[in-house]
Amino acid sequence: MGKHTPLHDEHKTAGAKLVDFAGWDMPINYGSQIAEHNAVRESAGMFDVSHMRPVDVEGADARDFLRHVLANDVAKIDTVGRALYTCMLNTRGGVIDDLIVYHLGETWYRIVVNAATADKDLGWLHSLASDYEVTVTEFEDSSIIAVQGPEAREKCRAVLGAAEDEVMDLAPFRALAVGNWSIGRTGYTGEDGFEIVLPAAEAVDTWQALAAAGVQPIGLGARDTLRLEAGLNLYGHEMDEDVTPLASGLGWTVAFEPAARDFVGRDALEMARDAGNAHKLVGLVLDARGVIREGAAVRRAGDEAGAEESTGGEVTSGSFGPTVQRSIGLARVPVDWEGAVEVSLRGKWRAAHIVSYPFVRHGKIRIALD
Amino acid sequence: MSEIPKDLSYTKTHEWVSNDGDGTITIGITEYAQGSLGDLVFVELPEAGSKFAAGDAVAVVESVKAASDIYAPVEGEIVEINEDLEESPERVNEDPFGQGWLFKMSIVDPEHLADLLDAEAYGEIVEAEQD
Repeated sequence: MGKHTPLHDEHKTAGAKLVDFAGWDMPINYGSQIAEHNAVRESAGMFDVSHMRPVDVEGADARDFLRHVLANDVAKIDTVGRALYTCMLNTRGGVIDDLIVYHLGETWYRIVVNAATADKDLGWLHSLASDYEVTVTEFEDSSIIAVQGPEAREKCRAVLGAAEDEVMDLAPFRALAVGNWSIGRTGYTGEDGFEIVLPAAEAVDTWQALAAAGVQPIGLGARDTLRLEAGLNLYGHEMDEDVTPLASGLGWTVAFEPAARDFVGRDALEMARDAGNAHKLVGLVLDARGVIREGAAVRRAGDEAGAEESTGGEVTSGSFGPTVQRSIGLARVPVDWEGAVEVSLRGKWRAAHIVSYPFVRHGKIRIALD
Repeated sequence: MSEIPKDLSYTKTHEWVSNDGDGTITIGITEYAQGSLGDLVFVELPEAGSKFAAGDAVAVVESVKAASDIYAPVEGEIVEINEDLEESPERVNEDPFGQGWLFKMSIVDPEHLADLLDAEAYGEIVEAEQD
Protein backbone atom coordinates (compact mmCIF):
# COMPACT_ATOMS: atom_id res chain seq x y z
CA MET A 1 0.00 0.00 0.00
CA GLY A 2 1.29 3.41 -0.94
CA LYS A 3 1.23 6.75 0.82
CA HIS A 4 -2.06 8.60 1.06
CA THR A 5 -2.65 12.25 0.31
CA PRO A 6 -4.91 14.27 2.64
CA LEU A 7 -7.66 13.80 0.03
CA HIS A 8 -7.51 10.01 -0.10
CA ASP A 9 -10.94 9.48 1.48
CA GLU A 10 -12.47 11.99 -0.91
CA HIS A 11 -11.17 9.98 -3.85
CA LYS A 12 -12.56 6.74 -2.48
CA THR A 13 -15.94 8.30 -1.83
CA ALA A 14 -15.96 9.63 -5.39
CA GLY A 15 -15.33 6.12 -6.74
CA ALA A 16 -11.77 6.71 -7.92
CA LYS A 17 -9.70 3.91 -9.33
CA LEU A 18 -6.42 4.22 -7.42
CA VAL A 19 -3.01 3.32 -8.79
CA ASP A 20 0.54 3.56 -7.53
CA PHE A 21 2.37 6.68 -8.64
CA ALA A 22 5.88 7.19 -7.25
CA GLY A 23 4.90 5.41 -4.03
CA TRP A 24 1.56 7.20 -3.62
CA ASP A 25 -1.94 5.79 -4.07
CA MET A 26 -3.34 8.26 -6.60
CA PRO A 27 -6.61 8.44 -8.54
CA ILE A 28 -6.11 7.45 -12.20
CA ASN A 29 -9.75 8.21 -12.99
CA TYR A 30 -13.15 8.51 -11.32
CA GLY A 31 -14.96 6.61 -14.06
CA SER A 32 -14.18 7.98 -17.50
CA GLN A 33 -10.81 9.52 -18.27
CA ILE A 34 -12.11 11.03 -21.50
CA ALA A 35 -15.09 12.67 -19.78
CA GLU A 36 -12.68 14.13 -17.21
CA HIS A 37 -10.37 15.40 -19.95
CA ASN A 38 -13.31 17.09 -21.66
CA ALA A 39 -14.51 18.65 -18.40
CA VAL A 40 -11.19 20.48 -18.05
CA ARG A 41 -11.24 21.66 -21.68
CA GLU A 42 -14.86 22.80 -21.45
CA SER A 43 -15.56 23.88 -17.86
CA ALA A 44 -13.46 23.15 -14.77
CA GLY A 45 -11.75 20.26 -13.06
CA MET A 46 -9.57 19.77 -10.00
CA PHE A 47 -6.55 17.56 -9.48
CA ASP A 48 -5.12 16.32 -6.22
CA VAL A 49 -1.40 16.75 -6.80
CA SER A 50 -0.47 16.58 -3.12
CA HIS A 51 2.17 14.00 -3.99
CA MET A 52 4.22 16.84 -5.46
CA ARG A 53 6.34 18.63 -2.90
CA PRO A 54 6.55 22.34 -2.14
CA VAL A 55 10.00 23.43 -0.94
CA ASP A 56 10.73 26.87 0.47
CA VAL A 57 14.05 28.52 -0.27
CA GLU A 58 14.54 31.48 2.05
CA GLY A 59 17.32 33.79 3.19
CA ALA A 60 19.53 36.65 2.15
CA ASP A 61 21.17 34.52 -0.56
CA ALA A 62 18.00 32.83 -1.84
CA ARG A 63 18.14 34.67 -5.17
CA ASP A 64 21.86 34.02 -5.71
CA PHE A 65 21.45 30.39 -4.73
CA LEU A 66 18.63 29.80 -7.20
CA ARG A 67 20.50 31.65 -9.94
CA HIS A 68 23.19 29.03 -9.44
CA VAL A 69 21.11 25.84 -9.16
CA LEU A 70 18.46 26.55 -11.81
CA ALA A 71 19.00 26.71 -15.58
CA ASN A 72 16.47 29.49 -16.06
CA ASP A 73 17.34 32.79 -14.39
CA VAL A 74 15.28 33.84 -11.37
CA ALA A 75 16.51 37.38 -12.04
CA LYS A 76 13.60 37.37 -14.53
CA ILE A 77 11.22 37.20 -11.58
CA ASP A 78 12.82 39.77 -9.28
CA THR A 79 9.41 41.34 -8.78
CA VAL A 80 7.65 39.52 -5.93
CA GLY A 81 4.62 37.64 -7.23
CA ARG A 82 6.15 36.27 -10.43
CA ALA A 83 6.67 32.64 -11.34
CA LEU A 84 9.08 30.85 -13.69
CA TYR A 85 9.33 27.39 -15.25
CA THR A 86 12.82 25.92 -15.20
CA CYS A 87 14.95 22.80 -15.18
CA MET A 88 17.41 21.92 -12.44
CA LEU A 89 20.47 20.33 -14.04
CA ASN A 90 23.36 18.14 -13.05
CA THR A 91 26.90 19.09 -14.07
CA ARG A 92 26.52 17.06 -17.28
CA GLY A 93 23.58 19.23 -18.33
CA GLY A 94 21.12 16.40 -17.66
CA VAL A 95 17.79 17.22 -16.06
CA ILE A 96 17.46 16.38 -12.35
CA ASP A 97 13.93 17.78 -12.33
CA ASP A 98 11.71 20.39 -13.91
CA LEU A 99 9.79 22.73 -11.65
CA ILE A 100 8.03 26.04 -11.20
CA VAL A 101 9.59 28.59 -8.88
CA TYR A 102 7.29 31.16 -7.27
CA HIS A 103 8.74 34.39 -5.88
CA LEU A 104 6.52 34.90 -2.84
CA GLY A 105 8.46 37.35 -0.64
CA GLU A 106 11.55 39.55 -0.89
CA THR A 107 13.89 36.71 0.15
CA TRP A 108 11.37 33.84 -0.14
CA TYR A 109 10.97 31.54 -3.13
CA ARG A 110 8.78 28.42 -3.23
CA ILE A 111 9.54 25.65 -5.69
CA VAL A 112 7.22 22.72 -6.38
CA VAL A 113 9.05 19.54 -7.36
CA ASN A 114 7.91 16.22 -8.80
CA ALA A 115 6.94 13.38 -6.45
CA ALA A 116 9.26 10.80 -7.97
CA THR A 117 12.29 13.08 -7.73
CA ALA A 118 11.51 14.96 -4.51
CA ASP A 119 13.99 13.17 -2.24
CA LYS A 120 16.74 13.37 -4.84
CA ASP A 121 16.00 17.06 -5.42
CA LEU A 122 16.16 17.90 -1.72
CA GLY A 123 19.45 16.06 -1.30
CA TRP A 124 20.87 17.96 -4.25
CA LEU A 125 19.62 21.34 -3.02
CA HIS A 126 20.96 20.75 0.48
CA SER A 127 24.34 19.70 -0.87
CA LEU A 128 24.66 22.97 -2.80
CA ALA A 129 23.14 25.22 -0.13
CA SER A 130 26.02 25.06 2.33
CA ASP A 131 27.89 27.84 0.52
CA TYR A 132 24.92 30.19 0.79
CA GLU A 133 23.02 31.98 3.50
CA VAL A 134 19.84 30.13 2.70
CA THR A 135 17.46 27.57 4.19
CA VAL A 136 15.86 24.85 2.10
CA THR A 137 12.72 23.60 3.88
CA GLU A 138 10.02 21.19 2.83
CA PHE A 139 6.50 22.46 3.43
CA GLU A 140 5.49 19.52 5.64
CA ASP A 141 1.88 18.32 5.75
CA SER A 142 0.96 20.22 2.66
CA SER A 143 -1.60 19.59 -0.01
CA ILE A 144 -1.69 20.87 -3.56
CA ILE A 145 -4.91 21.27 -5.53
CA ALA A 146 -4.79 22.34 -9.17
CA VAL A 147 -8.03 23.80 -10.53
CA GLN A 148 -8.00 24.03 -14.32
CA GLY A 149 -10.32 24.90 -17.16
CA PRO A 150 -12.00 27.92 -18.75
CA GLU A 151 -14.34 28.25 -15.73
CA ALA A 152 -11.75 27.30 -13.12
CA ARG A 153 -10.85 30.76 -11.83
CA GLU A 154 -14.46 31.84 -11.54
CA LYS A 155 -15.36 28.69 -9.59
CA CYS A 156 -12.38 29.17 -7.26
CA ARG A 157 -14.04 32.25 -5.80
CA ALA A 158 -15.81 29.82 -3.46
CA VAL A 159 -12.59 29.04 -1.59
CA LEU A 160 -10.63 32.29 -1.73
CA GLY A 161 -12.17 34.10 1.23
CA ALA A 162 -10.87 37.60 1.88
CA ALA A 163 -8.15 37.19 -0.75
CA GLU A 164 -10.70 36.76 -3.55
CA ASP A 165 -10.17 40.07 -5.32
CA GLU A 166 -6.41 39.94 -5.13
CA VAL A 167 -6.25 36.39 -6.42
CA MET A 168 -8.71 37.01 -9.24
CA ASP A 169 -6.46 39.88 -10.38
CA LEU A 170 -3.43 37.58 -10.80
CA ALA A 171 -2.11 37.60 -14.36
CA PRO A 172 -0.87 34.33 -15.93
CA PHE A 173 2.28 33.06 -14.25
CA ARG A 174 1.78 35.34 -11.28
CA ALA A 175 1.44 34.11 -7.71
CA LEU A 176 0.48 35.25 -4.25
CA ALA A 177 1.01 34.07 -0.68
CA VAL A 178 -2.12 34.40 1.45
CA GLY A 179 -1.65 33.27 5.03
CA ASN A 180 -0.58 29.62 4.84
CA TRP A 181 -1.66 29.31 1.24
CA SER A 182 0.17 30.13 -1.96
CA ILE A 183 -1.79 30.46 -5.15
CA GLY A 184 -0.30 30.62 -8.63
CA ARG A 185 -2.07 31.18 -11.92
CA THR A 186 -0.19 28.24 -13.38
CA GLY A 187 -1.05 24.71 -14.44
CA TYR A 188 -0.30 21.66 -16.52
CA THR A 189 -3.23 21.34 -18.88
CA GLY A 190 -3.00 24.14 -21.44
CA GLU A 191 -6.03 25.75 -19.79
CA ASP A 192 -6.39 28.69 -17.43
CA GLY A 193 -6.59 28.12 -13.69
CA PHE A 194 -4.82 28.09 -10.36
CA GLU A 195 -2.49 25.80 -8.49
CA ILE A 196 -3.09 26.10 -4.76
CA VAL A 197 -0.59 25.02 -2.11
CA LEU A 198 -2.25 24.78 1.28
CA PRO A 199 -1.91 23.04 4.66
CA ALA A 200 -3.10 19.43 4.62
CA ALA A 201 -5.62 20.16 7.37
CA GLU A 202 -7.54 22.50 5.04
CA ALA A 203 -7.47 20.27 2.00
CA VAL A 204 -10.71 18.35 2.50
CA ASP A 205 -12.85 21.43 3.17
CA THR A 206 -11.36 23.18 0.17
CA TRP A 207 -11.88 20.15 -2.11
CA GLN A 208 -15.50 19.81 -0.96
CA ALA A 209 -16.19 23.51 -1.45
CA LEU A 210 -14.77 23.34 -4.96
CA ALA A 211 -16.91 20.28 -5.70
CA ALA A 212 -19.97 22.15 -4.43
CA ALA A 213 -19.07 24.98 -6.80
CA GLY A 214 -19.24 22.52 -9.69
CA VAL A 215 -15.58 21.61 -10.10
CA GLN A 216 -15.21 17.96 -11.12
CA PRO A 217 -12.42 15.76 -9.72
CA ILE A 218 -9.96 14.70 -12.43
CA GLY A 219 -7.56 11.77 -12.29
CA LEU A 220 -3.95 11.43 -13.35
CA GLY A 221 -5.03 9.69 -16.57
CA ALA A 222 -6.69 12.82 -17.90
CA ARG A 223 -3.88 14.94 -16.47
CA ASP A 224 -1.55 13.05 -18.81
CA THR A 225 -3.65 13.47 -21.98
CA LEU A 226 -4.27 17.14 -21.13
CA ARG A 227 -0.58 17.89 -20.69
CA LEU A 228 0.30 15.89 -23.82
CA GLU A 229 -2.17 17.86 -25.95
CA ALA A 230 -0.77 21.03 -24.38
CA GLY A 231 2.72 19.92 -25.45
CA LEU A 232 4.09 19.96 -21.89
CA ASN A 233 6.97 17.70 -20.96
CA LEU A 234 6.70 15.04 -18.27
CA TYR A 235 9.78 14.26 -16.23
CA GLY A 236 11.06 10.73 -16.83
CA HIS A 237 9.49 10.70 -20.30
CA GLU A 238 10.66 13.72 -22.29
CA MET A 239 13.67 14.32 -20.07
CA ASP A 240 15.83 12.70 -17.45
CA GLU A 241 19.34 12.95 -16.04
CA ASP A 242 20.92 11.79 -19.29
CA VAL A 243 19.13 14.22 -21.61
CA THR A 244 19.69 17.96 -21.79
CA PRO A 245 16.86 20.50 -21.96
CA LEU A 246 18.19 21.38 -25.44
CA ALA A 247 17.25 17.90 -26.68
CA SER A 248 13.93 18.00 -24.83
CA GLY A 249 12.31 21.00 -26.46
CA LEU A 250 13.22 23.13 -23.44
CA GLY A 251 15.99 25.28 -24.91
CA TRP A 252 13.72 28.28 -24.29
CA THR A 253 13.95 27.70 -20.54
CA VAL A 254 17.76 27.88 -20.43
CA ALA A 255 19.02 31.41 -19.78
CA PHE A 256 22.51 31.57 -21.32
CA GLU A 257 22.44 35.34 -20.87
CA PRO A 258 23.91 37.00 -18.90
CA ALA A 259 27.07 35.09 -19.79
CA ALA A 260 28.55 35.78 -16.36
CA ARG A 261 25.87 33.77 -14.51
CA ASP A 262 27.43 30.53 -13.35
CA PHE A 263 24.70 27.88 -13.19
CA VAL A 264 25.08 24.15 -12.69
CA GLY A 265 25.26 22.42 -16.07
CA ARG A 266 26.21 25.56 -17.99
CA ASP A 267 29.53 24.27 -19.35
CA ALA A 268 28.01 21.03 -20.58
CA LEU A 269 25.09 22.84 -22.21
CA GLU A 270 27.36 25.33 -23.96
CA MET A 271 29.38 22.47 -25.38
CA ALA A 272 26.22 20.71 -26.52
CA ARG A 273 24.88 23.91 -28.05
CA ASP A 274 28.14 24.72 -29.87
CA ALA A 275 28.47 21.19 -31.18
CA GLY A 276 24.97 21.46 -32.64
CA ASN A 277 22.11 19.40 -31.29
CA ALA A 278 21.75 16.02 -32.90
CA HIS A 279 18.14 15.61 -31.78
CA LYS A 280 15.02 17.64 -31.27
CA LEU A 281 11.65 17.03 -29.68
CA VAL A 282 8.71 17.12 -32.10
CA GLY A 283 4.98 16.53 -32.06
CA LEU A 284 3.54 13.55 -33.92
CA VAL A 285 0.06 13.00 -35.29
CA LEU A 286 -0.86 9.48 -36.33
CA ASP A 287 -2.51 9.30 -39.76
CA ALA A 288 -3.53 5.67 -39.37
CA ARG A 289 -5.78 4.01 -36.81
CA GLY A 290 -4.23 2.95 -33.54
CA VAL A 291 -2.50 4.71 -30.68
CA ILE A 292 1.10 5.93 -30.52
CA ARG A 293 2.79 4.57 -27.37
CA GLU A 294 5.84 5.64 -25.42
CA GLY A 295 9.02 3.89 -26.52
CA ALA A 296 7.85 3.22 -30.08
CA ALA A 297 10.46 3.60 -32.82
CA VAL A 298 10.03 6.37 -35.41
CA ARG A 299 11.57 6.35 -38.88
CA ARG A 300 11.37 8.64 -41.88
CA ALA A 301 8.67 7.69 -44.38
CA GLY A 302 10.22 5.50 -47.04
CA ASP A 303 13.16 4.40 -44.90
CA GLU A 304 13.70 0.70 -44.67
CA ALA A 305 15.08 0.55 -41.14
CA GLY A 306 14.55 -2.99 -40.01
CA ALA A 307 15.94 -3.05 -36.53
CA GLU A 308 13.78 -0.71 -34.52
CA GLU A 309 16.66 0.52 -32.39
CA SER A 310 18.52 1.91 -35.40
CA THR A 311 15.90 4.29 -36.74
CA GLY A 312 17.11 7.31 -34.79
CA GLY A 313 13.69 8.39 -33.58
CA GLU A 314 11.74 7.39 -30.49
CA VAL A 315 8.37 8.28 -29.00
CA THR A 316 8.74 9.82 -25.52
CA SER A 317 5.00 10.12 -24.79
CA GLY A 318 2.04 8.91 -26.76
CA SER A 319 -1.68 8.52 -26.28
CA PHE A 320 -5.03 9.31 -27.78
CA GLY A 321 -5.84 13.01 -27.62
CA PRO A 322 -9.51 13.30 -26.68
CA THR A 323 -9.72 16.92 -27.84
CA VAL A 324 -7.92 16.43 -31.17
CA GLN A 325 -9.62 13.02 -31.60
CA ARG A 326 -6.39 11.53 -32.94
CA SER A 327 -3.50 9.66 -31.54
CA ILE A 328 -0.69 12.11 -30.84
CA GLY A 329 2.74 11.91 -29.31
CA LEU A 330 6.00 13.63 -28.56
CA ALA A 331 9.13 12.10 -30.06
CA ARG A 332 12.86 12.70 -30.05
CA VAL A 333 14.15 12.58 -33.62
CA PRO A 334 17.23 13.77 -35.58
CA VAL A 335 17.16 17.55 -36.03
CA ASP A 336 16.71 17.49 -39.81
CA TRP A 337 13.54 15.38 -39.84
CA GLU A 338 10.33 17.06 -41.03
CA GLY A 339 7.03 15.98 -42.49
CA ALA A 340 6.08 12.37 -43.06
CA VAL A 341 7.34 9.66 -40.71
CA GLU A 342 6.29 6.18 -39.66
CA VAL A 343 5.77 4.92 -36.13
CA SER A 344 6.11 1.30 -35.08
CA LEU A 345 2.85 0.19 -33.48
CA ARG A 346 2.47 -3.39 -32.37
CA GLY A 347 5.09 -4.54 -34.86
CA LYS A 348 3.79 -2.61 -37.89
CA TRP A 349 4.94 0.69 -39.37
CA ARG A 350 2.11 3.22 -39.42
CA ALA A 351 2.00 6.58 -41.17
CA ALA A 352 2.34 9.70 -39.02
CA HIS A 353 3.59 13.23 -39.51
CA ILE A 354 5.63 15.74 -37.58
CA VAL A 355 3.86 18.85 -36.30
CA SER A 356 4.86 21.72 -34.10
CA TYR A 357 3.15 21.56 -30.72
CA PRO A 358 1.14 22.42 -28.57
CA PHE A 359 -1.65 20.42 -30.14
CA VAL A 360 -4.27 22.25 -28.06
CA ARG A 361 -4.20 25.48 -26.13
CA HIS A 362 -7.05 27.17 -24.29
CA GLY A 363 -9.52 24.68 -25.68
CA LYS A 364 -8.54 25.31 -29.31
CA ILE A 365 -6.95 22.76 -31.62
CA ARG A 366 -3.70 24.27 -32.89
CA ILE A 367 -2.62 21.69 -35.46
CA ALA A 368 -3.94 21.13 -38.97
CA LEU A 369 -5.90 17.89 -39.21
CA ASP A 370 -6.15 16.27 -42.66
CA MET B 1 -17.05 -6.03 -7.28
CA SER B 2 -17.83 -5.84 -10.95
CA GLU B 3 -20.83 -7.45 -12.57
CA ILE B 4 -20.43 -11.08 -13.75
CA PRO B 5 -23.70 -12.38 -15.27
CA LYS B 6 -24.45 -15.98 -14.30
CA ASP B 7 -25.78 -17.00 -17.73
CA LEU B 8 -22.52 -16.35 -19.60
CA SER B 9 -19.27 -18.32 -19.88
CA TYR B 10 -15.83 -16.75 -19.47
CA THR B 11 -12.15 -17.08 -20.33
CA LYS B 12 -9.09 -16.41 -18.18
CA THR B 13 -8.29 -13.55 -20.56
CA HIS B 14 -11.52 -11.71 -19.64
CA GLU B 15 -13.70 -12.45 -22.66
CA TRP B 16 -17.33 -13.40 -22.06
CA VAL B 17 -19.08 -15.94 -24.27
CA SER B 18 -22.79 -16.28 -24.86
CA ASN B 19 -24.08 -19.51 -26.37
CA ASP B 20 -26.70 -18.37 -28.84
CA GLY B 21 -28.04 -21.92 -29.19
CA ASP B 22 -27.89 -22.07 -32.99
CA GLY B 23 -24.27 -23.15 -33.32
CA THR B 24 -22.99 -19.61 -32.88
CA ILE B 25 -21.56 -17.75 -29.91
CA THR B 26 -21.25 -14.05 -29.13
CA ILE B 27 -18.02 -12.71 -27.62
CA GLY B 28 -17.26 -9.54 -25.73
CA ILE B 29 -15.07 -8.34 -22.88
CA THR B 30 -16.18 -8.29 -19.27
CA GLU B 31 -17.12 -5.36 -17.09
CA TYR B 32 -13.91 -5.92 -15.16
CA ALA B 33 -11.83 -5.91 -18.36
CA GLN B 34 -13.28 -2.66 -19.68
CA GLY B 35 -12.77 -1.05 -16.27
CA SER B 36 -9.13 -2.11 -16.19
CA LEU B 37 -8.46 -0.88 -19.72
CA GLY B 38 -10.18 2.46 -19.27
CA ASP B 39 -11.90 4.40 -22.06
CA LEU B 40 -11.63 2.55 -25.37
CA VAL B 41 -10.66 4.63 -28.39
CA PHE B 42 -10.31 1.94 -31.09
CA VAL B 43 -11.63 -1.53 -31.69
CA GLU B 44 -10.05 -3.56 -34.49
CA LEU B 45 -12.26 -6.46 -35.51
CA PRO B 46 -11.60 -9.43 -37.82
CA GLU B 47 -13.29 -9.95 -41.18
CA ALA B 48 -16.34 -12.16 -41.39
CA GLY B 49 -15.34 -15.53 -42.77
CA SER B 50 -11.93 -15.71 -41.11
CA LYS B 51 -11.23 -18.85 -39.10
CA PHE B 52 -9.45 -19.14 -35.79
CA ALA B 53 -8.28 -21.80 -33.38
CA ALA B 54 -8.96 -21.48 -29.66
CA GLY B 55 -6.52 -18.98 -28.17
CA ASP B 56 -5.73 -17.17 -31.44
CA ALA B 57 -5.60 -13.38 -31.30
CA VAL B 58 -8.72 -12.28 -33.15
CA ALA B 59 -9.24 -8.62 -32.37
CA VAL B 60 -7.63 -5.67 -30.62
CA VAL B 61 -9.22 -3.25 -28.22
CA GLU B 62 -7.21 -0.15 -27.58
CA SER B 63 -7.81 2.29 -24.75
CA VAL B 64 -6.20 5.60 -23.81
CA LYS B 65 -3.91 3.49 -21.65
CA ALA B 66 -3.04 0.30 -23.53
CA ALA B 67 -3.80 -2.08 -26.38
CA SER B 68 -5.13 -5.51 -25.57
CA ASP B 69 -5.60 -8.60 -27.73
CA ILE B 70 -8.91 -10.43 -27.76
CA TYR B 71 -8.62 -14.19 -28.16
CA ALA B 72 -10.90 -16.77 -29.76
CA PRO B 73 -12.44 -18.68 -26.82
CA VAL B 74 -12.92 -21.81 -28.95
CA GLU B 75 -12.26 -22.88 -32.52
CA GLY B 76 -14.60 -21.34 -35.08
CA GLU B 77 -15.35 -18.92 -37.90
CA ILE B 78 -16.31 -15.26 -37.63
CA VAL B 79 -19.88 -14.79 -38.83
CA GLU B 80 -20.62 -11.23 -37.73
CA ILE B 81 -18.81 -8.28 -36.20
CA ASN B 82 -20.23 -5.34 -34.25
CA GLU B 83 -19.75 -2.61 -36.84
CA ASP B 84 -21.06 0.11 -34.51
CA LEU B 85 -17.80 -0.09 -32.59
CA GLU B 86 -15.87 1.42 -35.50
CA GLU B 87 -17.50 4.77 -34.77
CA SER B 88 -18.42 4.23 -31.13
CA PRO B 89 -15.82 2.18 -29.24
CA GLU B 90 -17.19 3.66 -26.00
CA ARG B 91 -20.14 1.23 -26.29
CA VAL B 92 -17.80 -1.40 -24.87
CA ASN B 93 -17.25 0.71 -21.75
CA GLU B 94 -20.88 1.70 -21.41
CA ASP B 95 -22.49 -1.69 -21.98
CA PRO B 96 -19.85 -4.45 -22.13
CA PHE B 97 -22.34 -7.34 -21.90
CA GLY B 98 -24.87 -5.79 -24.27
CA GLN B 99 -24.34 -3.26 -27.07
CA GLY B 100 -20.60 -3.56 -26.57
CA TRP B 101 -20.38 -7.13 -27.92
CA LEU B 102 -17.44 -7.61 -30.29
CA PHE B 103 -18.10 -10.49 -32.72
CA LYS B 104 -20.03 -13.72 -33.32
CA MET B 105 -18.49 -17.04 -34.30
CA SER B 106 -19.92 -20.29 -35.62
CA ILE B 107 -18.28 -23.01 -33.64
CA VAL B 108 -16.83 -26.32 -34.75
CA ASP B 109 -17.87 -28.37 -31.75
CA PRO B 110 -20.30 -27.35 -28.98
CA GLU B 111 -18.40 -29.67 -26.65
CA HIS B 112 -15.57 -27.10 -26.63
CA LEU B 113 -17.76 -24.71 -24.66
CA ALA B 114 -17.44 -27.01 -21.68
CA ASP B 115 -13.80 -25.88 -21.38
CA LEU B 116 -14.86 -22.33 -20.55
CA LEU B 117 -15.21 -20.91 -17.04
CA ASP B 118 -18.51 -20.36 -15.30
CA ALA B 119 -19.31 -17.09 -13.53
CA GLU B 120 -18.11 -18.37 -10.19
CA ALA B 121 -14.72 -19.57 -11.46
CA TYR B 122 -14.21 -16.35 -13.40
CA GLY B 123 -15.14 -14.34 -10.31
CA GLU B 124 -12.30 -15.99 -8.45
CA ILE B 125 -9.84 -14.96 -11.15
CA VAL B 126 -11.01 -11.37 -10.97
CA GLU B 127 -10.76 -11.40 -7.20
CA ALA B 128 -7.20 -12.75 -7.35
CA GLU B 129 -6.18 -10.04 -9.81
CA GLN B 130 -7.61 -7.29 -7.66
CA ASP B 131 -5.52 -8.26 -4.64
